[in-house]
Amino acid sequence: MKLHRKDILGIKELSVDEINLILETADSFVEVSTREIKKVPTLRGKTIITLFYEPSTRTRTSFEIAAKRLSADTISISSSTSSVVKGETLIDTAKNLESMNPDLIVIRHSAAGAPHMIAGVLNEPVINAGDGAHEHPTQALLDMMTIRSIKGKLAGLKVAIVGDISHSRVARSNIYGLTKMGASVHLAGPATMIPYGIENMGVVVHTQIEEAIRDADVVMALRIQTEREKQCIFPSLREYARHFSLNRRNIGSAAKDVLIMHPGPVNRGIEISPDLAESANSVILQQVTNGVAVRMALLYLLAGGNA
Amino acid sequence: MEKSRIVMDRQGLDRTLKRIAYEILEKNQGVEGLAFVGIRTRGVFLAQRIRDKIGQTEKIEIPIGILDITLYRDDLKSAQSRPVLGKTDIPFSIDGQKVVLFDDVLFTGRTIRAAMDALIDFGRPKMIQLAVLIDRGHRELPITADFVGKSLPSSLWEAVSVHLTEKDGIDEVIIEKNE
Repeated sequence: MKLHRKDILGIKELSVDEINLILETADSFVEVSTREIKKVPTLRGKTIITLFYEPSTRTRTSFEIAAKRLSADTISISSSTSSVVKGETLIDTAKNLESMNPDLIVIRHSAAGAPHMIAGVLNEPVINAGDGAHEHPTQALLDMMTIRSIKGKLAGLKVAIVGDISHSRVARSNIYGLTKMGASVHLAGPATMIPYGIENMGVVVHTQIEEAIRDADVVMALRIQTEREKQCIFPSLREYARHFSLNRRNIGSAAKDVLIMHPGPVNRGIEISPDLAESANSVILQQVTNGVAVRMALLYLLAGGNA
Repeated sequence: MEKSRIVMDRQGLDRTLKRIAYEILEKNQGVEGLAFVGIRTRGVFLAQRIRDKIGQTEKIEIPIGILDITLYRDDLKSAQSRPVLGKTDIPFSIDGQKVVLFDDVLFTGRTIRAAMDALIDFGRPKMIQLAVLIDRGHRELPITADFVGKSLPSSLWEAVSVHLTEKDGIDEVIIEKNE
């Protein structure tokens, strides 16, 4: 079994076998981060560039730690301190970086499809670290890894995704992944945040959070993306929190051993009540830990060699 | 000529492992400070079997670790696809321990080089010893085993396969002609 692709741009195009390969490889990488010497020589001499046109702490740090633990050299470029501010186009930037012979490029961009565009002009593997409201494949992979490592499976689980579905690349990637792996996905959020026709992705849509959560094995709260909400899609954060915040009361109808997840950064008291975010059912920090293993797996599977 | 022939059967394999168990005890004067590390996957089963044999005469249980050497391979650059990565699990400190590495077949020595590099990332063992079921020669690195089940001079056109019940359903060592 191998990955038959140059890039990881989304979960949509991955097969079940490919997802399983990535998750199993990631499971094997967990151990490296628990060693006293957290480094293996696998990608020695490889150069990995992270190109972020949007802010990030988790994803970028996670990619860099993953690369460094595999002994790759990493260069990180932020749009604010690069020639982007001088007006260089994305393709020009990518082509110029390619001229310095990197082995893999990780990109995050606010425009959906930006990673796909540069993947088309570059010979090196490209990993999408989030493109607009489109996909965030590594987040969905680390979410699936977290669920699978605790529940032992994905198939047959009820997963509720709550919040701003329309702006969420995390939701989209997770819907592709979880439905492929046989989980049943239920969405809940204000009607203005549920995209028209999303049922066609094989999910069940609810208008009340309680219905989505009932007997759920996993509840994923999404971040309210204030930076993307150009038009007014809800009256106020307080009103959103009153109807769609995860709290002790509404989580009671979920399965006893429900996993509470959040891709971060958490707006405390809005998407989730602070005590719940720190409860025993919360695996929010485990998601972050697993993120490093998932990214190590992808770098290992994609970078270097003639494969 | 037959395509494959059995060079060690179940009884032969069991007797060989018994001898290696005694040789390990003899060389190390007991089990004090010993730790076993099996190289995935058949090295792990060999380590477990020899640990069990030693357990019949000695009181102390020898700890066993599992090592996957994939991340330390020197041929990843040229490999056509990434080898599937297995889990490494060494649940004890190897600092100051006498570590015995186990593998099924010693061939070029490159796997053992990778295994030693990996072990050294886990700590500073007092000593590393090597136990293999089959030594088939053709070394490409200056590596020798401390405990050898059977030396099997083979040609490069032959393949030596160790089959163990735990993985293959049968205990045997066979030589096959590569076409």
